[in-house]
This record gives sequence, structure tokens and C-alpha cells, in this order.
Amino acid sequence: MTPANPAMRRFGTIGQPVSRLDGPLKVAGAARFAAEVRPERLAYAAIVPAAVAKGHVIAIDAADARATRGVIAIMTHENAPRMGRPPRFIEDPDGTAFDSSPVMQDNRVRWNGQAVAVVIAENQDIAEHAASLVRVSYSPEAAKLSFQALLLSARRPASILGQPTEVNAGGDAEQALASARFTVDEIYTTPRYNHNAIELHALTAVWEAEDRLTLHDSTQMLALTVSTLARVLDLPKDHIRVLSPFVGGGFGGKGFFSHTLLAIAAAKLAGRPVRLVLSREGVFRLIGGRANSRQRVALGARSDGTLTALIHTGATGVMTGTIFPEQFTFPARHLYAADSLHLDQAIVELDIPANIAMRAPGESIGSFALESALDELAAKLDLDPVELRRRNEPQKDPTDGRAFSTRNIVEAYRRGAERFGWSNRNPAPGTQRDGEWSIGQGVATAYYPYYRFPGSAARIRITADGRAVVQAAAHEMGMGTATVQSQHAAQLLGLPLDRVTFEYGDTALPPSALAGGSTQTASIAGAVIAAHERLVEELLRLAGNDSPLAGAGPKEVETRNGGLFRKGDQEIGESYETILRRAGRDHAECEAVGTPPAEMMNYSMLSLGAQFCEVRVNDITGEVRVARWLGSFDTGRILNPKTAASQFRGGIIMGIGMALTEETLFDERSGRIMNPSLAEYHLPVHLDVPQIDVIWTDIPDPQSPAGVHGIGEIGITGCAGAIANAIYNATGTRIRELPITPDKVLAFTSQPYGQSRPLSS
Amino acid sequence: MTPFRYEKPADTAGAVEISRRAPAARYLAGGTNLVDLMRETIERPETLVDVSHLSGEIRDIDGGGLRIGAGVKNTAVAAHRSVRERYPLLTQAILSGASAQIRNMASVGGNIMQRTRCLYFYDDASRCNKREPGAGCDALQGFTRNHAILGGSASCVATHPSDMCVALAALDASVQLEGPRGARRSLNLTDLHRLPGNTPEIETGLQPGELITAVELHPNRFANRCSYRKVRDRASFAFALVSVAAALDLADDGSIREARLALGGVAHKPWRARTAEALLAGKQPAETQFRQAADAELSAARPLPHNAFKIELVKRVIVSSFVALAQRKEASA
Ligand SMILES: Cc1cc2nc3c(=O)[nH]c(=O)nc-3n(C[C@H](O)[C@H](O)[C@H](O)COP(=O)(O)OP(=O)(O)OC[C@H]3O[C@@H](n4cnc5c(N)ncnc54)[C@H](O)[C@@H]3O)c2cc1C
Ligand code: SF4
Repeated sequence: MTPANPAMRRFGTIGQPVSRLDGPLKVAGAARFAAEVRPERLAYAAIVPAAVAKGHVIAIDAADARATRGVIAIMTHENAPRMGRPPRFIEDPDGTAFDSSPVMQDNRVRWNGQAVAVVIAENQDIAEHAASLVRVSYSPEAAKLSFQALLLSARRPASILGQPTEVNAGGDAEQALASARFTVDEIYTTPRYNHNAIELHALTAVWEAEDRLTLHDSTQMLALTVSTLARVLDLPKDHIRVLSPFVGGGFGGKGFFSHTLLAIAAAKLAGRPVRLVLSREGVFRLIGGRANSRQRVALGARSDGTLTALIHTGATGVMTGTIFPEQFTFPARHLYAADSLHLDQAIVELDIPANIAMRAPGESIGSFALESALDELAAKLDLDPVELRRRNEPQKDPTDGRAFSTRNIVEAYRRGAERFGWSNRNPAPGTQRDGEWSIGQGVATAYYPYYRFPGSAARIRITADGRAVVQAAAHEMGMGTATVQSQHAAQLLGLPLDRVTFEYGDTALPPSALAGGSTQTASIAGAVIAAHERLVEELLRLAGNDSPLAGAGPKEVETRNGGLFRKGDQEIGESYETILRRAGRDHAECEAVGTPPAEMMNYSMLSLGAQFCEVRVNDITGEVRVARWLGSFDTGRILNPKTAASQFRGGIIMGIGMALTEETLFDERSGRIMNPSLAEYHLPVHLDVPQIDVIWTDIPDPQSPAGVHGIGEIGITGCAGAIANAIYNATGTRIRELPITPDKVLAFTSQPYGQSRPLSS
Repeated sequence: MTPFRYEKPADTAGAVEISRRAPAARYLAGGTNLVDLMRETIERPETLVDVSHLSGEIRDIDGGGLRIGAGVKNTAVAAHRSVRERYPLLTQAILSGASAQIRNMASVGGNIMQRTRCLYFYDDASRCNKREPGAGCDALQGFTRNHAILGGSASCVATHPSDMCVALAALDASVQLEGPRGARRSLNLTDLHRLPGNTPEIETGLQPGELITAVELHPNRFANRCSYRKVRDRASFAFALVSVAAALDLADDGSIREARLALGGVAHKPWRARTAEALLAGKQPAETQFRQAADAELSAARPLPHNAFKIELVKRVIVSSFVALAQRKEASA
């Protein structure tokens, strides 16, 4: 039984801290994930990863594996069902792949860890054991693996997510830099990072008929998975159904990768439903992460701190032919008013798995470089870093001159600084101490663009018992989508929360845009608003001439208090039940697509924030501990403070990991990831995470549906910069290379410890 | 994981006997290391001899020492009153390792016998002399941040990952062994693990089939002045970059009667720093003195491409540990 959630009986819960509706299900273990679907005759798959970075498979000796009891089939490029190349995300409207290489259709090895065989067996243990018996021989080729060595051959991609790769504004920035009174010109580097959602990537693929597929997937891209599969498998879209009611963490990593096709092909080959759950190592080998980067940020400023030049350039290491360069220059396009601007990105193409979206791809690493540089400038100017940012606050978008739809970052900084106690900070580095710990505070701007994807649809059904069902093929990855959309729909319909059900996670429902780019809340809210408008018209029509509302137009009525009422008049109106009963209907239903996201064309729309943190740096060991955090955000209207706070906090925790502990160890000799496990890939643990305070302006954006901005990604941005800046304040040491591990901090300590100080007893 | 046979003997003699008859057998204790390695197919025992229910007690021994059964869980050792009072160094070391969940499973015997965390040892696509003698060592030119600075060889530069063993090394613990046909012997913990030399596959002085039955701790005067300090990449749940077990026994005139020092994360075995200890004996505690001792101990250090920082780091931790211990008031343990 679901425990009583007091908010459920209430009307108008927008802005209320409603607990997640899926919480009780998950706590009770009753939420069924893709790896838990158990169709009859289910078979289990395990992957054999390639052990070279590039070349050809010349032989696969699967005799021992095949002889293992319980093995059903072994799939290799020789017997895999024929499949087309997956169309790519962004490039192709149907596409959702980041890598369009054919999957198990030829003997080519494109990266170390690519699947070269799949064992299908009666249970997971047998599949994994047999997979370990498959011996593969290769004819290896020289692979491109060293980012540093290939940096000179970096090339400029055609665009950055459809935006121009190079941006120049206000004259020659290099020249302005050369003649600036105060300058910073530094190189910042960030390593590769890998996805580590708690739920491993999982699929259960069921061929219902020769040409009908049901896929239980863990994905944040339902509709695009169908359109991509339709092309790859050459099937009509309506022959493919994808279900994904729960996703155990997405962060950009749950989507369409080679494992999707491997499960589907394995099910076809075996003639049985197949479940494929990647091992943790499999996630590292098959699912890309965040690309590494080398970035230059150069700032020129007058003595009052106003910028005369802002240059942000650099390169990322990506798979050859990739479409995803990581938009690290995006923050610099919109954050600061500089007289001149030069932004440019390049890619170094390597034989590695395609990097993919990972919580604020580009913005996370770009904001590290940019916000570190700003702090360096503040130090040179002897100016407070918050004040430096205020002095460079633009009145219109610095890149394209558009007006901001809303922009309250100065206010977010003001409130944040007050609550954090920023004014107590000693700006002189190395002045705050506690025993062997040096203490410092740092600040950085968080930035993520506002996006809303077109084409999201929603359906609303009102039933004669006065309840509503709202349907959209949306994605619930634990963020609270179902909860917040229920709140929004209930508010629109004038119903208490417990009378509204939100159905999602199934491509049989009206299609939704992907859950990416922090767009889902606004995209679905826009569709629900559109469907609601249609519903009002439909209800008015059903109400007919016997209704007190007779004669009213759709603009003259509104839904509230469980029914349709004349605007501005408390009395005149009817309940949904009354309207439907009189019309002899058991329900009314409308579906609509959200309005096109014209707001994005007309305005510069940004989510913003100010990240404040305090760190402690150990003088003896170089260990860094984050002691305190405050995030102050300006992200439109907050629909649910509870789920929103979790999103912000989660992003900040991921930012702490990015800054201090996480790093994919990629061996450039072999192209192999050497730490594909949670023991050696260091996510932050509880002790690494301090109390995290989050606040927000809660100022609705007049241009967006329901006044909201996406908030899923912004939390990670600015974190690494704030931490690096705090370390500088604590120690006077500026570290420009992530992650900031003890050895890097120590490298700057010149005095050998233990030779100077007398021993006091 | 490769299929295996599972045996659960009634006593230690039975365990040794099964192991003698089945050469590809492995003792299974908490399984927190062995099962991981089996899943990676790095370990492929044909028989698992479960010893997790054996040797499960901690008791006083004649002459004032303590005997800790090999099957006692790490958590239970750390929490045991006699350990906390008489050997707080051991409690600290254990509690700095792994996570509470793992410590609840891990045994004393398994902790001693756990294998290196060298990334190339764990990856069966890499060459590793420890896994396959003569194959070569991919770590040497690879990621060596977690590798040895002391006692490495051209064959292997792996480190022993245990925290507990570093404390045991400093405390001069001895390890009780039982071999075939009831043969019992005792080894000093510092002699149990080996340096890699040309045979990194031979990690300990245990004979085939020999079972650890207990660890014995002797009376000592360090309970008030001992500390275990571990430096790692995150605040918890990470192996040591370096760790330092330090203990001091001061004479009435304040001079050092005896110093104990053992280092973790620096070598193929818990590194007992006897050079430093010898330099400190009889001296008045002083920061420079400690630094000299640390310098002398580390003079033999040979850094690899990514781990030179460990030399200075471990010296700093040695000095700061001893300084803190020397300053400690007698009563405050
Ligand atoms: C993620 C992770 C993090 C960790 N972090 C740390 C850390 O920070 N510090 C640290 O010190 N350790 C750490 N550990 C290692 C942990 O301490 C060991 O895995 C544990 O102590 C092993 O004990 P066990 O009883 O589980 O041994 P098992 O896994 O059962 O056995 C390990 C080995 O010991 C042998 N063995 C077991 N008992 C005996 C016996 N009585 N006689 C002879 N041989 C025997 C087995 O055959 C096997 O070869 C970590 C482990 C993990 C998985
Ligand atoms: S250092 Fe030792 S364990 Fe690591 S790869 Fe080399 S031989 Fe193997």
C-alpha cells in the first residue's frame, strides 16, 4: 500500500515539495526495470570485447564456448542478422546514435572494447563463463590513440551542435589581448570521464513476430530509438514498441548504442527473447563518456575589470568522424560582456568509442576553464571575483545581440553570497588555517542553455468520474518527471493531485522528445498545455446549450475546481462529471503537439547559477576536502522544490567528482580503459560530499511554457571551477588540470616538509 | 566465472587435506577479493575450500599477547576491546580500509592474502608476469601511480594493497600456519610477503596448501603513541596512495626507546622501515630527526613515471605522524 502523501489530496501543488510518486514503488522494489522483465523462454547474453584498438578479426575460436552446456548460440559478424547503419543524432532527424558504425556486420575493430562476439545462453552465469572461453585473433593496425601527439592534426568540426564552430565578435580579440593592461592566458585540461549510473545498461528484446519487436530498454530516448530502429531493421515504425517505465539514472548515457542492436540481433538469432545487461566493465567499454579536452582561455581587462578580450579555444579527443565535439565554448558565448570575443573549437580524431552526452557535455568542462580564468583575473586585479562578474554582466547576448528572456544572475550571486557568508572570506590566499588544513572559498558561474525540443505530444483524458489521465512517452530516470508532470497537469485541470495519473515510458503513447539537454519538463509541459487547450474546446462543445456555460467561447472559460468555469466568475460553470454525464460520454480526450519552440529563436535563454564552496587542503598530503557548498540558481519557475533540489545537488556531487576524484585511465598504447570498475574509477563517496545548500530565484521565464527552465544539467557546471578557485584561495596554488588529486596539489609545494619548523611540545 | 567445486570442511585439518588433494584449490574466506578475481577470470580455482567458518575467535595468550583467528572478520577485529586498548594501531588501520560492508565480510586471513590492485593484473588483455610468468609487464610503461617505489623489480612493480598488514608489520605480528598432516609453523608477518624479484607470481612464503590459522600479537609499549595515517584519492573507500603506521615508545628522559615504522602503498609487501627505526632509537624526538630517518629509509626509492610524488608524500606523512606522536600527552591514547 502506498503510504499517504499529504500533497495528494491538494489542489494547486505547483511549487510545493511533493515527494516523488514513484518513491514507494522503488523503496518496495516494485518498480520493474528493463533488466527485470521476464518473458517466457528468456535467454541471456554476454559480450566478448575486442582486445585491440584497431584492425580486423581474423579468427574466432568459439569451440569451447559452444561446447559449454546451456549455450544457445554465439553471435559474431559471421552470423549476425543483417542490419543497416544507425542514423546519427542531430545529423539525421530520425537518428539517435552517436556512432553510425555498423554493429557486428563486418570484421573491423574500431576501438578497444568493441563487442566482437555475443554469447547467448540459458542463464547469465553460463553466458559469462562461455564468453570468457571465446578466443579471438586479430590482425591489428596502427591506431590513433594519443591525443597529445595528434593535437597538431586537430581539425575544426563543421558545427557545434548546429551552432557555428567559430565565433568572433567586436574586432580582433588577440590584438585586444596583446594590448590589454591585465591579462590571463592559460591552458586548462580535463580528462576523459565515464558514465556510471547506478543501473547498468539493460535491454530485454522480444521479437513478437518475424517483423514485430518489443524492446524493454533503459533509455532516455524512446521515440528516437523507434525511428532509428525502423531504419536499421527496415521495419515500419509501428512494428516497434519500446518500453522504459523506469531508468536507474541517465545523465545522457542511457540511449542507443551498440548494445541496443546486439540485444535485438541476439534475440533474432536465438529465436528467443534475450536479456542483455552490460557488466560495469561493459558500460566502460561500450558506452562512451565525456571527451578529454585541452582548452585555452585568455582574458584581457581594464583595471576596473571590464573585459576587452575573451578568447576560449581548444580541442577535444573524439572518435573519428564524430558529430559531438563537446560544446565547451558555449558558456563563453553568453556569459560575459567583452569588447572582443574569439571562440573556436577543434577535434582530435582517435580510434576510441564515440564520446556521448554526459550531464552538461561541454558546458561542464568549458565552465571549469572559463571560470578558473576569471578567478585568475580577479586575483591579478585584486578585485572580488563576484564583483568582477557583476562588472561584466551583459545587457544583451554577447554573441548574437538578442535580448535575454530573463536573466537574474546578479541577484542569484547577491543572495548566494549573503547566505554563504562570502564577505567573511579573506581574499589573500593561504590565510585561513585550521591545524594542518588550509581553508579557502571559491566561486564560479553555472551556465546551461535553455532548450525545448519540438514535436512533443501529450494526450489528456477526462473520465466521467472526474479523473484525468495524462499520457506522453516521457522518460522517468528518477528525476521526478512523473511527479512534476502530474502536478502541472493537475494544476492546469483544476484537480487534486490524486485524481491525475501520468502515463509515460512507452512508445505506444504520444511521442515525446528525448530526455536530454534538460528539456523534458518544458517540452512536455508545452505539449500538455496544448492538449489542455484542445480539451477545453472539446468540453465546451460537449457542454452544449443546456449548460450554464452555453454561449461562452474557449477564451472565456477556464478549468478549475474540478470542472469548467467562466473566467472571473466563481459561480458559473460545471464539474467535469456533470458535463460528461449529460453528454452521455464516459470520457473526453484530446491530443496535441506543443507549440514550436519559437522562444528559442527570439530570445537568448539561459539557465544560470552561482556556485560557492569552501575547501580544506591538507598541507602535508595535498588532500582536498570540500567542506561546504551553496548553489544559488536562476532557472525560471521551480515546479517542485524537492525534486529540483535533488537535481541541483546531484549535479553538484557529480561536479565534485569531476573536479577531484574521477578520471578514466585510458592507456594510449593499447587504447584500453584500465580502470573499468567502481573500485578504481573514483566516484565521490559520502565522505567526499558535504552538506549542500541550494537556493533559487524562482523567477518565471515569461517566454517558456509554465515559466520553467531545465535544471537537470546546470548543477554540474561551475563546480570544478569553484573548487579550483577555492583551492587557490586556500593555498595560493592554481591547478589547471582535472582531476585535482593530492599529487597535483603537492607538486606545487616547494618546501620539503619537516626541515624547518622546530618541534614544540 | 569459471565453474568450480565447493567444499566446506569441518576443521582446519580437513581444509588443508582437501587442498592437498586438489592442487587447483583455493581457500575461500569472505570472498571479497577472491570472488572478484574469479569474476574477472584472473583466478580460476577448480575447488573452493570454504574456511570462513573456521578459526573465528580472539583470545589472550600466555605472556600477554593476543591471538586473532584467521577467520575473524575485519570489523570484529577492529571493534574488539583488547585490540582497541592494546593495539589501537591495528584498529585504525583496519577502519581506514575498504568500506564497512566489505570489512564486515573480509577476514584476517583473506586480508593478508589479498592480491595486488595493479590495473594490468586485473585486465586479462594486458601482459602481466604475475598472472603469466614470463609474459612481460604492461604496468612498467603504463599507469604507475599506484605502483611501488621500493623493492620493485624489472619483472613487477605491484604493491600490496592491505592496510591491516601495514599495522601488523609495525607491531611485529606473527602468523600461524597449518600445513599438510598437521604441520604447524609460525612466520613473522614481515617475512610472509615477498618482494617480486624474478618470480612475482610467488607472493608469499606459504607452502602450497598451507592455511593461515591465526595472527599473534605480542605485548608492546606503543598503545599510547601509535597512529595509522592513509592518503588516498577520495575520503573513503579507496586504496592507499601511501600509508604510514608509526609508533613510539619514549623513555623517561623523553628520548626514543623504540620507534616502529611500516609503510603501505610503496612496495610489493608491507614495508617495515627498519633503517628509519634504527636511526631513531635512542634519539631525542625532533622534526629534523624524523625527516632524516625518512630520507634514509626512502633513499633506496626508485620512482616510476607516475609515482615519484609518493617519495615526498610518504616522507611528509612519516614526519608528521612521528611529530604528532612525540607531542602526544602520555595519557591520551
Ligand atoms: C572495492 C574494494 C575496496 C577495498 N579497499 C581496501 C582498502 O582500502 N584497504 C584494504 O586493506 N583492503 C581493501 N580491500 C580489500 C579487502 O580488504 C580484501 O578484499 C579482504 O580483506 C579480503 O578478505 P576476504 O576474507 O574477503 O578474502 P577472500 O577474498 O576470501 O580471499 C582472498 C585470498 O586469501 C586467501 N585466503 C583466505 N583465507 C585464507 C587463509 N586462512 N589462509 C590462506 N589463504 C587464505 C584466498 O584463497 C584468496 O586467495 C578492498 C576491497 C574491495 C573489493
Ligand atoms: S606490475 Fe606486476 S602485477 Fe602489475 S602487470 Fe606488472 S607484473 Fe603484473
